[in-house]
Amino acid sequence: MVTVRIAFISIIFGSLLGIVLGVIWTSKSKWIRSACRLYLELFRIIPILVWLFIMYFGVTTALNIDLSGETVSVIVFTLWGAAEMGDIVRGALESLPKHQIESGKALGFSFWDLYRYILIPQAVRRMLPGSINLATRMIKTTSLVVLIGVIDVTKVGQQIIELSRLEVPTASFWVYGFVFILYFIICYPLSRLSRVLENKWNG
Amino acid sequence: MNLNWQFIIDSLPLYLKAAWTTLKLGFWGILISSIIGFVCSIVLYFKVKVLKTVIQVYIELSRNTPLLIQLFFLYFGLTKLGVALSETACAIIGLSFLGGSYMAEAFRSGLEAVSKTQIESGLSIGLSKTQLVRYVVLPQAFSVSVPSIGANCIFLLKETSIVGAIAVVDLMNVTKDLIGIYYQTFEALFMLVVSYLIMILPLSLLLTWLERKVRYAEFGN
Amino acid sequence: MEWLGVSIVDRKTDEVLLEIKGLYKKYDETTVLEDINLSIKKGEIVVVLGPSGCGKSTLLRCLNGLEKIQKGDIRFHNKSIVNNDVNWQEIRQRIGMVFQNYELFPHMTVIENIILGPIKVQKRKKSEVMEQARQLLDRVGLLDRQNSYPRQLSGGQKQRIAIVRALCMNPEIMLFDEVTASLDPEMVREVLDVILGLAKQGMTMVIVTHEMSFARAVADKIVFIDKGRICEISEPQEFFEKPKTGRAQQFLNIFQY
Repeated sequence: MVTVRIAFISIIFGSLLGIVLGVIWTSKSKWIRSACRLYLELFRIIPILVWLFIMYFGVTTALNIDLSGETVSVIVFTLWGAAEMGDIVRGALESLPKHQIESGKALGFSFWDLYRYILIPQAVRRMLPGSINLATRMIKTTSLVVLIGVIDVTKVGQQIIELSRLEVPTASFWVYGFVFILYFIICYPLSRLSRVLENKWNG
Repeated sequence: MNLNWQFIIDSLPLYLKAAWTTLKLGFWGILISSIIGFVCSIVLYFKVKVLKTVIQVYIELSRNTPLLIQLFFLYFGLTKLGVALSETACAIIGLSFLGGSYMAEAFRSGLEAVSKTQIESGLSIGLSKTQLVRYVVLPQAFSVSVPSIGANCIFLLKETSIVGAIAVVDLMNVTKDLIGIYYQTFEALFMLVVSYLIMILPLSLLLTWLERKVRYAEFGN
Repeated sequence: MEWLGVSIVDRKTDEVLLEIKGLYKKYDETTVLEDINLSIKKGEIVVVLGPSGCGKSTLLRCLNGLEKIQKGDIRFHNKSIVNNDVNWQEIRQRIGMVFQNYELFPHMTVIENIILGPIKVQKRKKSEVMEQARQLLDRVGLLDRQNSYPRQLSGGQKQRIAIVRALCMNPEIMLFDEVTASLDPEMVREVLDVILGLAKQGMTMVIVTHEMSFARAVADKIVFIDKGRICEISEPQEFFEKPKTGRAQQFLNIFQY
């Protein structure tokens, strides 16, 4: 299923990029922070579908290249994912209590030990709910790629509907119902997981 | 990149009309979502027996499925069952269905943020349950939920970009048509981005200002 | 009885306002209060002392219905208030309570906090309530703060206003639950002075506190609770100088260095 592939690739690359971005974002330089913020706001203010349009129609025409809907989708989603992930990572890193670092230093932890035993476990804890939530959102939003021509289960569904229109008039009801349930089966467990983790770690 | 400004000016009316449609849909979506969300949150807060489960199921269903699919289901699916809805109606129903659960979550977290001790304080001066909710809980819940509600409004307005998929004449469709028919890609995209910026950026700034104001009122910093 | 040169008039009467008989309270499986028997007369000031977790706050909360009891009876004006169809709304107007964390409503000004109950619950006229509210505020020295919001006030000011808010309902009994425990030492005195003022006017009070010298000065009787049971009930002089039980002696030693 193409949508799943797009989501999967985007989530992985987006997360990696996002982690790097998040670390950069914690910099003390106002310029760097503003630039990161602007990057995020671009994706927050302009709807993802609009970005898909911009990339698919605009950039391909401007650079005179021919990109498939799928490639464009992966680019857009990776960039969006990275922006959101960067914010999550930054938030997690900035929320770590400073006295933890100081206590660690007072106990004689080295830089790497500090990261390994104190900072990273706690940062990961704070990041997880947001990350899972982001992944869920990304999976849901990949449904839009069908609007820039990517073949996926929705398109296939439409074709099935066209073909069976005469025999099974209610085909579209069942097909879209099926797709609906499909998304639900993927996203609901993720939501539950995120909530379980959140409760477990917040006491 | 030289933009064909004449084209932009000529297509302005089209864009304005489409933007107006988007705003209208967004407005109704937000309004109905808020009402649904408010009612749901009250039911969840008072833990009304059967309704509570129904609403929880509703929230999970609408939050874990994409709006696009919900719209397709409403527009194409229900039609085949004999229920014919106009595309605008479908759009508003779809937006409200999705938005309702987000709003419910926002209101609910606001209600739960009011501490038990505040409620006890109100009880100890003899307030009835209704008076308690009206004078003590709701005002405080509201200020806590304002940021979430604001974020939801912006979210819903952005989601209106999807309704073009079911043939509503909105900004996305106008842009697609202009690109397809006139090949004025950059101009169309430029207008598209500008339209959304004009609609959403002020809201976003307003939300940030509101958040700060509400925070000050509650905590004084 | 004197405290720093101020003589407290003997205002006790024989009318029993509140009577507690054989009260038992459990939280899940833990017994929090056991076989509590106590009677409070009109005009009497009862101070409840005891180590942390002994159940004294819980006892207070049972008296105004914030906690349910499993066994026993509480009688107010000789009418039981522990059955299911008792109207707590009505009773809470006559039994006022002030909490440790003041719990003023943050979204209302001081004056709005005070007049909410009298106007909405007791359906009194606004002009009359405003008059009383202002008088009370003046008495605690905070009339100039009537239009401030709680966040603009110090802990001691907030607590005094919490007391005024409870007083404006014209209660017959006031319950004070460790009202100075969250305050900085400098503010403790201003709040205790208010309670002292109420004592002079003959208000019936049940006070849970850790302020020992205050307890000694203001109480008519001291109720010492340990592990959910009443250990001893004595006059203050007797309790502080020669407690009857070993537990009480142990408790008092904590406060000596």
